[in-house]
Amino acid sequence: MSELLNLSLTEARDALKAKKITSVELTEAYIGAMEEGKGLNAFITETPEKAREMAKASDAKLAKGEGGAMEGLPIGMKDLFCTKGVLTTAASHILDGFKPEYESTVSQNLWDAGAVMLGKLNLDEFAMGSANITSYYGNVENPWRRSGGGNQKLVPGGSSGGSAAAVSGRLAIAATGTDTGGSIRQPASFCGIVGMKPTYGRCSRWGIVAFASSLDQAGPITRNVQDAALMLGAMAGHDPKDSTSANLAVPDFEAALTGDVRGMKIGIPKEYRMDGMPEEIDALWKRGAEMLKDAGAEIVDISLPHTKYALPTYYIIAPAEASSNLARYDGVRYGLREEGGSLIEMYENTRAAGFGDEVKRRVLIGTYVLSAGYYDAYYLKAQKVRALLKKDFDDAYGQVDAILTPTAPSAAFAIGENQDDPIKMYLNDVFTVPASLAGIPGISVPVGLSEDGLPLGLQLLGKPFDEETVLKVGHVLEQAAGFDAKPAFLAGSK
Amino acid sequence: MSLDKATVARIAHLARIRTDDAQLDALVGDLNNILGFVEQLNEVNTDNVEPLASVTGHGLPMRKDEVTDGAYPERVLANAPERAHGYYAVPKVVE
Amino acid sequence: MSEAKSNLIQGATGDWEIVIGLEVHAQVISKSKLFSGAATAFGAEPNTQVSLVDSAMPGMLPVINEECVRQAVRTGLGLKAKINRFSVFDRKNYFYADLPQGYQISQYKQPIVGEGEIEIDLPDGSTKKVGIERLHLEQDAGKSIHDQSPSQSFIDLNRSGVALMEIVSRPDIRSAAEAAAYVKKLRSILRYLGSCDGNMQEGSMRADVNVSVRRPGEEFGTRCEIKNMNSIRFMQQAIEYEARRQIEIIEDGGAIDQETRLYDPNRGETRSMRSKEEAHDYRYFPDPDLLPLEFSEEFVEEEKARLPELPDAKKARFMSDWGLSAYDAAILVEEQETAAFYEKVAEGRDPKLAANWMITELFGNLNKAGLDLSESPVDEAKLGGLIDLIADNTISGRIAKDVFAEMFESGKDAATIVEEKGLRQVTDTGAIEELIDSVMASQAEKVAEYRSGKDKLFGFFVGQVMKQSQGKANPAMVNELLKKKLAG
Repeated sequence: MSELLNLSLTEARDALKAKKITSVELTEAYIGAMEEGKGLNAFITETPEKAREMAKASDAKLAKGEGGAMEGLPIGMKDLFCTKGVLTTAASHILDGFKPEYESTVSQNLWDAGAVMLGKLNLDEFAMGSANITSYYGNVENPWRRSGGGNQKLVPGGSSGGSAAAVSGRLAIAATGTDTGGSIRQPASFCGIVGMKPTYGRCSRWGIVAFASSLDQAGPITRNVQDAALMLGAMAGHDPKDSTSANLAVPDFEAALTGDVRGMKIGIPKEYRMDGMPEEIDALWKRGAEMLKDAGAEIVDISLPHTKYALPTYYIIAPAEASSNLARYDGVRYGLREEGGSLIEMYENTRAAGFGDEVKRRVLIGTYVLSAGYYDAYYLKAQKVRALLKKDFDDAYGQVDAILTPTAPSAAFAIGENQDDPIKMYLNDVFTVPASLAGIPGISVPVGLSEDGLPLGLQLLGKPFDEETVLKVGHVLEQAAGFDAKPAFLAGSK
Repeated sequence: MSLDKATVARIAHLARIRTDDAQLDALVGDLNNILGFVEQLNEVNTDNVEPLASVTGHGLPMRKDEVTDGAYPERVLANAPERAHGYYAVPKVVE
Repeated sequence: MSEAKSNLIQGATGDWEIVIGLEVHAQVISKSKLFSGAATAFGAEPNTQVSLVDSAMPGMLPVINEECVRQAVRTGLGLKAKINRFSVFDRKNYFYADLPQGYQISQYKQPIVGEGEIEIDLPDGSTKKVGIERLHLEQDAGKSIHDQSPSQSFIDLNRSGVALMEIVSRPDIRSAAEAAAYVKKLRSILRYLGSCDGNMQEGSMRADVNVSVRRPGEEFGTRCEIKNMNSIRFMQQAIEYEARRQIEIIEDGGAIDQETRLYDPNRGETRSMRSKEEAHDYRYFPDPDLLPLEFSEEFVEEEKARLPELPDAKKARFMSDWGLSAYDAAILVEEQETAAFYEKVAEGRDPKLAANWMITELFGNLNKAGLDLSESPVDEAKLGGLIDLIADNTISGRIAKDVFAEMFESGKDAATIVEEKGLRQVTDTGAIEELIDSVMASQAEKVAEYRSGKDKLFGFFVGQVMKQSQGKANPAMVNELLKKKLAG
């Protein structure tokens, strides 16, 4: 069992192609792992029967030497992707009982490539959160524990907390995530794995429950960079059903992992060295730069002058879009309905009962910043600052090929910490939000451990649609860092 | 700009979220906290800056005028909390 | 000035002027919806023309229909308006049961079409220019049905997402008649362009009417918006009622509340729409699921080159080429089919005679029978045939009216009826002289009176002769020959 779970996505792919293992064996191992890891609360819905069927079908194809890029590989699906006939909740009470009559483009792409679905992964409600503590279906636990003892339960980060915990604890060989302000990269950093947000427009948003349409982007959460390259290739592609989808061919991302970064220019933005940032984060960042320098890259100091304003910009734009995107949850066509004496009462009762506190806060902020008399001061201002933030990156990419920053300002924290103050929670995304606002690709790679033994990631950012450079540099960083620490919980290790 | 309780109540109604008095008190604090945080943007000079229309580099794609969808009322109504005679049913609206 | 004066209405304390602006919602002719591939046909079973996008399922996204963009551009060109090659789709946020997304995709600050104008034709043959403020594309909402259950409303989303053009006029309209002329002219232009069928009964064209009153020359008063007018006649009644209502309130010392009202045709009055009373705050912002709509100057030029001859140009041509009056020309160009019918009839014939026959006899009979021109039993060739028989003196104009009635009834052509009924005009001098002789013989007394100077009796003799001929004698010849005979 444990040998099967030890295989990375690309290793398992190779073993399946070489007929050393079968998809049914691999899938059964993960069904067992899901059972073993139930305590993490990573899944909202498990679909073992579906997984077995899909695995059988994959084995039939593999036996004939056929099958797609992900054939027979059992993955978890963030429960923000609509899956036909399978409960889809966005971790919200308001989508009670919702079984979509359609399959999201990204999940369909994965099934078409042969992937096997283990189930739907927990997340922050409507992907709003950085600790996976806002899910209607309960908190997700990080498989890692602090080395100093105390055995406190830690958050996995968010919003793709279930995805990150499942991949880290080996309940799935890989998982999908979505990233609006850091929701793939930050939990990947907290869980010691790799998370990649591609360029906005690289993966279709069709069939993904929308949080903030101008920011949402799907991406892979995997154990290593090569796995991310494989899975991103299967997820991506032009979709005529999404007007913001880029009509570009999908490159062979794995082929980009040449290991050669000699002569490449890597930017170090001074504005990411923030007041009050833990020394260990700064040290890690310096080490990462050293590693790339040793590999032959040139380290260049750069400036992204508007970085400081990214978070406030994000906390206007994302809630504004969310307030409108979430208006469709009204108890009429699907999901929860709480009766009321009139239509308006029904709406108000349904939405009061269906949305959690964080979602309500953001919907109200979003409603306010768009309302008459405040639009110019908040929303329009934010879109102007967003233009400046994007320009910061455009300018920087005149000088450098990629940018290296920390992924998050801290390691994973305990469940219950940072919960008193929404702003404190928002600060988790301080390093990931700028790239989201600019729409550029980014990856988080585990590079080291904090003083109390928790994983810390570094983030690499690239030019629009240059995921290949991001992956290539990320791969070199990964090799140099040689991160091999293991979490406290690891399925199959007992 | 600071929100008072009446404004939060008005916004909550605009967003169709029922809020009781205790919730309103908590929200006033939270929302003012967030608004105070985003007010930093006033420091940025945005004179002559065009608001960002989109991060994508392309224009609006158009589709051909063809009937390619619909004609599946069962799929449309499948998840409805309440339906009648092929319609969605809601509490009576008085016009 | 005299024209403006005629529009004033008299109150108890003096004259008042009505100020009207219209927002017309015109359904774009397209096979599929503005942002989804579901069908747009009228009258389908509930929720059968609804896609997952139209029902606002989670994660569904809009993709724009190129034909709707083309139609909006064509319409803008037809309204002599500025075409905005860069426009933006916004979300208009509000909750309603038949608005599944919780927002309507519309265009707010940057519409696809800017300022233009419409020349309206008034009953006295004069024209007036009414400014167009803008035209934008937007989605229609679904339909709520309130009268099927005592406790529930039912929602049909077939219309949800159908493309509409909202065409907003300037407040340049000054009477109910002008408003009617505006809607007729706009409908005519849309039909010429093929961008909207203008069918008000089916709701493919509806108007929201903003009405206010003021003392002549003063500032605009507070306006009320009468929603969803789907008949020109009711719209006129609603405007008349609403203006009177406002004048009475002001003259009694009251003030007008700006509000949305509904016209009740059964009672002939407008009333406040309480359900829409709640203050709206639509929170418009650019739809992040879409990108700005941009197209090239070449695209606009191509559409311009493809425009048909529009009503105003056709009217001018009918006046100059066919010598018609402004009034007749305006009537004949209102519908493209009518104009084409007319031109076929007029070709090679007396154009004024052709216009008269169409407007009085043909339209009169069609109206009475409740038929469209396309259903007319008398087609272009048959009407032309009748006019030919008048022109070559085969029948008189009087007889022609009877022949036309018969044609309309039976669908036969004029020549057949004239032959069958022996209606051919008598032009034989000898035959007419015989008739005259016989009349003179039987009316010897009157002949004597005439000859002694009572000239007025001439008409009496003409009548008698025509009567004897059963109307078939050529009237000009009767006149000529009678004069000679009576002169002795």
